[in-house]
Amino acid sequence: MGASQTRTGNEHQHLMDKTGFSSEQIKNLRKRFLQLSGNEETIRNQRGDEAGAFQEIGFEQFLMVMCHFRPPTLKMTAEEKEAMRKEKLRFLFNMHDTDNDGTITLEEYRKVVEELLSKSGAIGQETAEAIADAAMLEVASTNVPHMAPDEFYEGITFQHFEQILKGLEMESRMNIRFLDVDTTTMRCGRSTS
Amino acid sequence: MVMSSTEEAAMVMSNTEEAAMEMTAMGSKPLAPDNAPSTAKPFINQINEPQAFPEEERVNLPVFTMDYPRIQVPFEFTLWVLLASFAKIGFHIYHKITIWIPESCLLIVIGLVVGGIMHSVKEEPPAVLDSNVFFLYMLPPIVLDSGYFMPTRPFFENIGTVLWYAVVGTLWNSIGIGLSLFAICQFEVFGVQDINLQENLLFASIISAVDPVAALNVFEDIGINEQIYIVIFGEGLFNDAVTVVLYSMFAFLADLPIVESSDVFLGVARFFVVGVGGVLFGLLFGFVAAFTTRFTHNVRQIEPLFVFMYSYLAYLVAELFAISSVLAIITCAITMKYYVEENVSQRSCTTIRHVVKMLATISETLIFFFLGVVTITTDHEWNWAYILFTLLFAFIWRGLGILVLSQIINPFRTIQFTFKDQFGLAYGGLRGAICFALVFTLPDNVNRRNLFVTASIAIIIFTVVIQGISIRPIVEYLNIRRTNKNLNTINVEIHTRVMEHVVCGVEDLCGQWSHYYWKDKFKKFNDRFLRRILLRDNRAESSIVSLYKKLELQNAIDFLDTPVGDLSAAPSIISLHDEMMEASRPKKKFLAGDVRKMHDILSRNMYKIRQKTMGYTNKYNLPDDSPTREILIRRHASIRRSLRAESFREMPGRNIPKSQRYYSLQPGGDLESAFALRRRSHGGGEVDRLSARLQPSGASARSSSRSLVAMRMLNTIKEARSAGEQPAASARARTPSPGGSASDERGPGGSSFRAPLPPPVGWVRENQDPGDIGAGDPLLRHSSQGPGGAGRS
Repeated sequence: MGASQTRTGNEHQHLMDKTGFSSEQIKNLRKRFLQLSGNEETIRNQRGDEAGAFQEIGFEQFLMVMCHFRPPTLKMTAEEKEAMRKEKLRFLFNMHDTDNDGTITLEEYRKVVEELLSKSGAIGQETAEAIADAAMLEVASTNVPHMAPDEFYEGITFQHFEQILKGLEMESRMNIRFLDVDTTTMRCGRSTS
Repeated sequence: MVMSSTEEAAMVMSNTEEAAMEMTAMGSKPLAPDNAPSTAKPFINQINEPQAFPEEERVNLPVFTMDYPRIQVPFEFTLWVLLASFAKIGFHIYHKITIWIPESCLLIVIGLVVGGIMHSVKEEPPAVLDSNVFFLYMLPPIVLDSGYFMPTRPFFENIGTVLWYAVVGTLWNSIGIGLSLFAICQFEVFGVQDINLQENLLFASIISAVDPVAALNVFEDIGINEQIYIVIFGEGLFNDAVTVVLYSMFAFLADLPIVESSDVFLGVARFFVVGVGGVLFGLLFGFVAAFTTRFTHNVRQIEPLFVFMYSYLAYLVAELFAISSVLAIITCAITMKYYVEENVSQRSCTTIRHVVKMLATISETLIFFFLGVVTITTDHEWNWAYILFTLLFAFIWRGLGILVLSQIINPFRTIQFTFKDQFGLAYGGLRGAICFALVFTLPDNVNRRNLFVTASIAIIIFTVVIQGISIRPIVEYLNIRRTNKNLNTINVEIHTRVMEHVVCGVEDLCGQWSHYYWKDKFKKFNDRFLRRILLRDNRAESSIVSLYKKLELQNAIDFLDTPVGDLSAAPSIISLHDEMMEASRPKKKFLAGDVRKMHDILSRNMYKIRQKTMGYTNKYNLPDDSPTREILIRRHASIRRSLRAESFREMPGRNIPKSQRYYSLQPGGDLESAFALRRRSHGGGEVDRLSARLQPSGASARSSSRSLVAMRMLNTIKEARSAGEQPAASARARTPSPGGSASDERGPGGSSFRAPLPPPVGWVRENQDPGDIGAGDPLLRHSSQGPGGAGRS
């Protein structure tokens, strides 16, 4: 008992340092993780090979993802806030950049737009493409204002991404309060409507 | 009783003179007293003689008489309202004035001027700020307006903070100011020794009532971040409960020679009674109102009446029991709004909103106006020390209060208040009309009442004028965090939405409910019980969809009445068509109009969950949905043609309400109409295309429910996102069939995308309302299926 306590203690310490969560938050997330994984150590990729590179993830990776969503605290300096913002932007960027080459190409962007609009169902392919084109154009004109007519805009790099989202208040929006969740009140996925 | 002609003439004369004096006092032209009956002469000296006249003259029928006293009260009221309204018109002629000087300031100034005039002609102003008139007639419209147009989502998200500041903040202020003033009173040199502790506390409770009208206007104009806005807004409303309790408690205690601790406990108990009672009454009347409007579909003309009557009733009943009427009417308005707006017709809805705004504006204008008038005409008692110290303490305690309270509550907030925010909060704490009316209700046995009145007026004028004018430059200088409402690039829109989805997904993933948990629970309760009882037409719909339906219906009706041809759409579509030919290269120029259309499509069709944008409602204007309406009107320019040209085919297998059938004819947004043109050139007939489109709409409708099923199955397992660098595809709902079938009929001309979209991550909300998706979807889709044939006109 004592040994396992210290082991989890060390683990937690290690995780705390790495992700910046508090011990309490890590415990809560661990509870949730176990719930999701059915008390196993890893969560399997349910959707087969298409999505994502990993077949299963462990708790540490789970935490790494979650740590992108920590809210900024009052005690942070401006640089820390800036760094946090960059981290969150990076998260979003990577979501779009599915082939991980560091740029969001037109194809990837189109896919994003399609999926966003797909709920309405009949925004057709062409419309989504047109919108994605317009968006790329905006990025291009913002970041590379004097493009020659025959140049081709390769894709949105991370700097351009940051540039176009300059006005967005990411720090205040993209965050979650990691509080204790009473497991009895959670409805983890059983359809309840 | 028959009057002799001379008596009649004399009376008319005296009335006329009186009326002339009144008119002069109000600044209108005096009527010439020449309208006595021509046969009589002013026999004033003969009035007192009772006699039987020898009928020397024959009295003719008076052709023209005047009877002023009969109409005096409503007439004067109307003139006052008109005068105040003219003042408002005047302010907006040069609209830069209102940017720098808040309207309430200007109104006070005009009121001062008019008060000066009246004072100089020794005329008494109407007793508008008499307590009964104020609390029963002038205050309810203002509060109803605040409650009806309260932004509920930010309010409920921040409700803890709001109540904390309202209740504890007001208590802190009252007690602090009261005690400090009492300490000041101990000094003999200021000459206010006779004010005892209870009276000081009473006065302090009056002036700690915050009424931030002007501050709110400034905040709205500059688009300050919504947390500060809602805290100030809510605080201004909800401190009423505390003020009522404190006021009545201290007024009661002011009579007692000694105060015992049991009285304090009773005070606390009374606070809860007042607060909770107000809320309960409000809820009760709100639900009854909602229930009533369930049955009003045959009497549409009086539908708005119910809203007003029930809220006013809530107010009056609460006043009857001396509980917080402000809380009652606010709760009533909030409760009622949601259900009533679904039950009543579109016109009634508009009427309600307009009338609420109108009444509130009149009321507020009059109040500030009379504030100025009464300032001149009351008896004042000025005491430099007391008044200046009151001002000083009001500032100090408010600043301290906000500071301390923020420190305490910041750890509980996700988005914490910085010092700049706190300064904005403290500085925005203006005093206003409520303070003024309360001080007039002070019983006369309070000695130094005039001093209190003067002090209150001084504070109100100071805060409204000085703080009201200076708050704008200060806030801009400090650069307090604002919501950036003007990001209208497509990218920002897309990425914002993506971010919201991500956050929602991850929240679901780690099971963080926070306030969304309660919101969700309430939503379930709402759908299961309340909507069934209170709504006439209870199909679970998202509010976006229902609002959209209303707008569409309204426009369709308007549209079928008046021939409107949208000829301007044609050329732009043609040129758009040419542009679309080069769609492959991302470097083309987009017309501004196209970008706008894309925006509209995006904003209307992207899946909106947990809408996080706050729609400000300007205090003086109604919420603005004119762009939406305009777009709808333009798009419907071609529905007419198609309606006449087509026979409707029944949707296979679905019971779509009649209204929807109209809209299902035209798939695609404006951009798609370009493809309509292109395909037409490929030889597809109009009829064929339309009928072909009917099919996929129907099919899509069914397939969307299939997609729903697919999503539901995935709901059970939340797929964790793979760590850090490797993102899963951010796919949303699986809609292969609509995409496929919609593009099927696009046929040979357009590019078709046969491969289905990648399956979604189990990323949808667990608590997704299927009704939302099921019923919502066809309508959302139909919304995008605007008149594709816009180009045809």
